[in-house]
Amino acid sequence: MPDGPSTVTETSSPLATGIAGPVGGRGGVAARLPASGLLSRKGGLGLTFWICASWVVFMILLAALASVLPIKAPNFQDYSAVNVGPTAHHLLGTDDLGRDLLSRVIFGSRVSLIIGFAPILAGLVIGGFAGLLAGYRSGPADTVLNAVSFVLLAFPALLAIMVIEAFWKPVSLLKLTVMFTFVASPLLFRVIRATTLSFASREFVLAARATGAKTSRLLLRELLPNVVPAAVSFALIGVAIAIVLEGSLAFLGLSIGLPTSSLGNIINDGVNSNNLQLNPFIALWPSLYIFLLLTALNLMADRLRSYFDLREVTL
Amino acid sequence: MLRFTASRLVQLVVICFLISVFAFLLVHLLPGNPARTILGPNYTPANEAVLLKQLGLNKGLVAQYGTWVTNIFHGNLGASFLTKQTVTGALSVAVPIDLELIVVSQVLALLVAIPMALFAALRPNRAFDRVATTSTFAMLSLPTFVAGPLLVLVFAVTLKWVPATGFNRLSQGLGPNLKSVILPSVALAIGSVTVYYRLLRADLIATLQEDFVTMARSKGLSTRYILLRHVMRPSSFSLLAAAGISIGTLFTGAFVVEILFQLPGIGFQLVQAIYANDYLVVQGMALVAAVAFVVVNFGIDFLLTILDPRVRRA
Repeated sequence: MPDGPSTVTETSSPLATGIAGPVGGRGGVAARLPASGLLSRKGGLGLTFWICASWVVFMILLAALASVLPIKAPNFQDYSAVNVGPTAHHLLGTDDLGRDLLSRVIFGSRVSLIIGFAPILAGLVIGGFAGLLAGYRSGPADTVLNAVSFVLLAFPALLAIMVIEAFWKPVSLLKLTVMFTFVASPLLFRVIRATTLSFASREFVLAARATGAKTSRLLLRELLPNVVPAAVSFALIGVAIAIVLEGSLAFLGLSIGLPTSSLGNIINDGVNSNNLQLNPFIALWPSLYIFLLLTALNLMADRLRSYFDLREVTL
Repeated sequence: MLRFTASRLVQLVVICFLISVFAFLLVHLLPGNPARTILGPNYTPANEAVLLKQLGLNKGLVAQYGTWVTNIFHGNLGASFLTKQTVTGALSVAVPIDLELIVVSQVLALLVAIPMALFAALRPNRAFDRVATTSTFAMLSLPTFVAGPLLVLVFAVTLKWVPATGFNRLSQGLGPNLKSVILPSVALAIGSVTVYYRLLRADLIATLQEDFVTMARSKGLSTRYILLRHVMRPSSFSLLAAAGISIGTLFTGAFVVEILFQLPGIGFQLVQAIYANDYLVVQGMALVAAVAFVVVNFGIDFLLTILDPRVRRA
């Protein structure tokens, strides 16, 4: 077995925590049938999970359909209603410039959601593919990829993005997505590599190899289904982390600028120039939005983790 | 052990080198003639000469890097052409503020997280544990830019216990100093409490199942003694590991907190420099902050391996 999967032990570092390596046995024939197991085991994922999932989907739909929804334009200033509380006309009230807060929050969530999901999806593809290969065939490529991921993870993400932005103007959604993908890919790579590694030496993989399965089949039919739960659970946390990072950047005024306000910008508006005293709603609504979105994502990830018996390990 | 230490040190040096290369190359992301762009409205031939000397821009790329790094090792991180302040000078103002913020917030976080975790782990899944675990889970969804404004709204705007913004140096008295630091520290501590509590609770529950705890119980030792002497010690490794994990969050949080409360720490000065297109200050500060981040992370990692031999063997 020249290219057989080896049981390389992970070097432990407290730099990043993730989920990898199931404790319970999900190998053997059953491991090939995750689809049927998804619904039957332990009576499903539970009500909380589905409420959270529907909430996230609802938020995404709101953001996607923002321009066709019967809401006001986010930057339209209604001078007859400045700093008003929630009314029938302005459901969440208006800000100090008379802009409708409901509309601002919904339009603002677009940036948060795009930066939350797009880089993580891209990272899942890039990091997932590399992690699956590196975990299955350990060799020089694995060593190099591993070292690169370590180096990339050693950089403080927010600082790096802030500074690159300062020199690489102007900020755009595409640039932000690219930079966030750079942060997300090595993290997802490590999770998927570690999970693959824990399965690559199991009997069912060996059995498949013995029956003459091709590498592509081994990767896609034997290993991938087993890696998916850890990847999805971690990706949800990744989305939450990305949303927090983008929010922090926007709060610092370093995310996408005017006229596209994101949630962090709105919170910053709500804190500036006595707005907290005059109209706390400006900061409260986007804060509530972020809180509910993050709670839903965290609860979903948590539920997936306990459902699939994933344990937290230091990567 | 020696080999292990050496290999980790090599890693650290390599990463610091890469950070310096990265910080150095930033200037070349600027469009057009970097010297003109950096100087902006302050362009004068004299200023350009100073800048060329600092960055070595008229030489080749490798020689430029050499010039830049040599200057740094001589303690010359450059100076702002806008404010005439040196980066080292700005840092000497900023660093104590960051240190105070981090120390106060971590002490607060540990003071809350350790007793909470002890109580929760002693009776897992009972009322206290459920309340504590649920509330820390909620805190997980409160990033600093959400928690900070809420704290200001409640404690500064509504209750008026502390000022909303501003910083009083320690030289202005301990009372005023703490008053200006306490709210930012609490905002920072929220994230850390969650991390510390969750990891310590899980670890404590696992340790309490160990045979040596049953043994200690059968010897008739008091619960308090067992908790503090037999259980806390092996569980404190995960606390230290958690400290390593929370540094990234702390870093991000500190930037937000400094802007929110107008504390002139590294984050505040860095963001001001970015707003003002003060490129050299951004470059110098980012370099120092990134190296500090990596070194602290490395230090915690290293401490962990010294204290817990299991990590080294793994």
